[in-house]
Amino acid sequence: MSHSKNGFVSRGAHWFAALAGTALAGYPDSVLVADAPFNGRTVRFIAVIPDAQNRFARARDGEVGLIEGWHLARAVHELVAADQNKTDKTPLIAIVDVPSQAYGRREEAYGIHLALAAAAGAYAAARQAGHPVVALIVGKAMSGAFLAHGYQANRIVAFDDPEVMVHAMGKASAARITLRSVEALTALAETIPPMAYDIKNFASLGLLSASLNVVAPDTPDQTSLNLVYQSLEQMLASIAQESEHDLSSRLNAPHRQASKRVRELLRQQWKEEGPMAI
Amino acid sequence: MENLTYAFAASARAQAVQKQILVGVVGSGDLEVLVEPQSDQAQIRIQICTSVDGMASIWEALMARLFAQGTLPAMRIDINDFGATPGVVRLRVEQALEELGLSDQSME
Amino acid sequence: MQTTLEPRLDSLLRQNSFIELGARERGRQLLDAGTMRELIGPFDRMHSPWLARQGVVTQSDDGVVVAKGLFNAQPCVVLAIEGAFQGGSLGEVGGAKIAGALELAAQDNRNGIPTMALILFETGGVRLQEANLGLAAIAEIHSAIVDLRRYQPVIGIVAGTVGCFGGMSIAAGLCSYLIVTREARIGLNGPAVIEQEAGIAEYDSRDRRFIWGITGGEQRALADLVDMLAEDDVQQIREQISQFAARGVPAQHRSEQTARFISALDQVDAATQATPEMARQIYTRGATA
Repeated sequence: MSHSKNGFVSRGAHWFAALAGTALAGYPDSVLVADAPFNGRTVRFIAVIPDAQNRFARARDGEVGLIEGWHLARAVHELVAADQNKTDKTPLIAIVDVPSQAYGRREEAYGIHLALAAAAGAYAAARQAGHPVVALIVGKAMSGAFLAHGYQANRIVAFDDPEVMVHAMGKASAARITLRSVEALTALAETIPPMAYDIKNFASLGLLSASLNVVAPDTPDQTSLNLVYQSLEQMLASIAQESEHDLSSRLNAPHRQASKRVRELLRQQWKEEGPMAI
Repeated sequence: MENLTYAFAASARAQAVQKQILVGVVGSGDLEVLVEPQSDQAQIRIQICTSVDGMASIWEALMARLFAQGTLPAMRIDINDFGATPGVVRLRVEQALEELGLSDQSME
Repeated sequence: MQTTLEPRLDSLLRQNSFIELGARERGRQLLDAGTMRELIGPFDRMHSPWLARQGVVTQSDDGVVVAKGLFNAQPCVVLAIEGAFQGGSLGEVGGAKIAGALELAAQDNRNGIPTMALILFETGGVRLQEANLGLAAIAEIHSAIVDLRRYQPVIGIVAGTVGCFGGMSIAAGLCSYLIVTREARIGLNGPAVIEQEAGIAEYDSRDRRFIWGITGGEQRALADLVDMLAEDDVQQIREQISQFAARGVPAQHRSEQTARFISALDQVDAATQATPEMARQIYTRGATA
């Protein structure tokens, strides 16, 4: 399965094995791809997992680096190409457990920003072509890694668990950058929902479609698996109801009312004939 | 961060401000100044949001020097300040007044 | 000495610096003269709902200018990020202005109106004071770029001095064409964060020459990771945008060239530390001039 140091198997790896089985050959060890039966249809599962033997040393702990970005894109593109002439597009389930993007000189030199753009762009294009995309956050969903793998989904589902975190920057780095202690940052974050790290606050932003109370988040048991299957089924059914393949379902929470208001104002002013700019 | 408000009598004879003017940016050591028509025609109303606390008396003195002459028309002014020196504040305000065609009526 | 200096001084004087302009003025100067109309301008006072409670002074336009007008008579919206405000970092409102405008441009195209978009990237990425709302907005920007670029080229400009980092470097990577200056940098992670995470030997955030050598505009152009290295001149940049607009949507966006980039990376000796030369080599091997 995974080739992590000390034989550590990530949540992402466990859940991929339970949901999707054996990964397809031809992908790097850090990118797991499999087409598995799900409720009478085939679904493509994708996960990024740790690989202690990763050629790129700064991407060995499950980070999304150069290789991961481009192969994520490849996995999605190949599916879209295969389904090109089908009206019933194969769903994509991104199993998300990514602690961050990879940080390093090689990464920047060889254009990791583009590698992540490839992945994000592939997922977005797949969704816009009609493929239902669901992100299942089983662990970390951080920053650039999440932008590349999961954040383009029609629906986001997460475990309601202390290990599950969504954020733009890890606590230690964010504390150093904002010249605070980690404790002070955590305290501040508790009063400002978008700054918080926990999944409950993330849910309050209206970005989550479901929060799952999974009994066994680390290594799936049958009960937890059933809960996840149920939720994924609900998400796919919900996506099938939509006529648009966009992200507008994320604009409904009170904490995002400014995001909604901005779009209303833009729409109003878009065609206005009015005085020229200041 | 502090919010300060000042009001000065406007000149009834001076032509009212008709347009909206923005100068500056809220960058370090800088400020943005927004000027627009004032509904209450007799006043120059100034609202300041500043990142530096404890400078109220300096703001008051500066605003008085710029606006208490009684020669300027009614207007509403919003200032968002990120630690500008009084010199830079004055520069930005005078820039705004110049764009409104009011610079010869302000204090030299 | 006088004779060699004079022509250079003369050309410098004729240049109109793009870098020195603020976001609003950049938008105005890129669009056809007299056509610029700002949407949700500063007097709409749509500022951040999250900064005041943290003691941070807001800017009335939240650091993003949406300028609608014409570019060579084609309907065009310019999204200009103000790098001077909070390092150009994106919060909820600024992010929504960009995403929302791109969404409307795509809708225009579906209704037969050929609205194109220019994005002026001057940003460190997500505004940490708004963290998850900034990140969510950036995901929506990515989606909107991918949608719009099917119909019209989405042209990005990274001019400096802030450059383009974080989630917005991913947005830049999604653009149909990217124009940069020598002053600009494009990188996923800020130098300070890389140094913190990976150590000073891996990345010295105070070594400017090193940083520009890896992520600077000239290097990115030589490594074929951007489409044009422009002088810091409004006219030149405008002319370059013209050319890309005329070219239209590329057959395949750079971010879609998975086979090419996977193959190039397969040839990298990842055990060796990267140099600018190595990046140029793997990405331009066999490329035509």
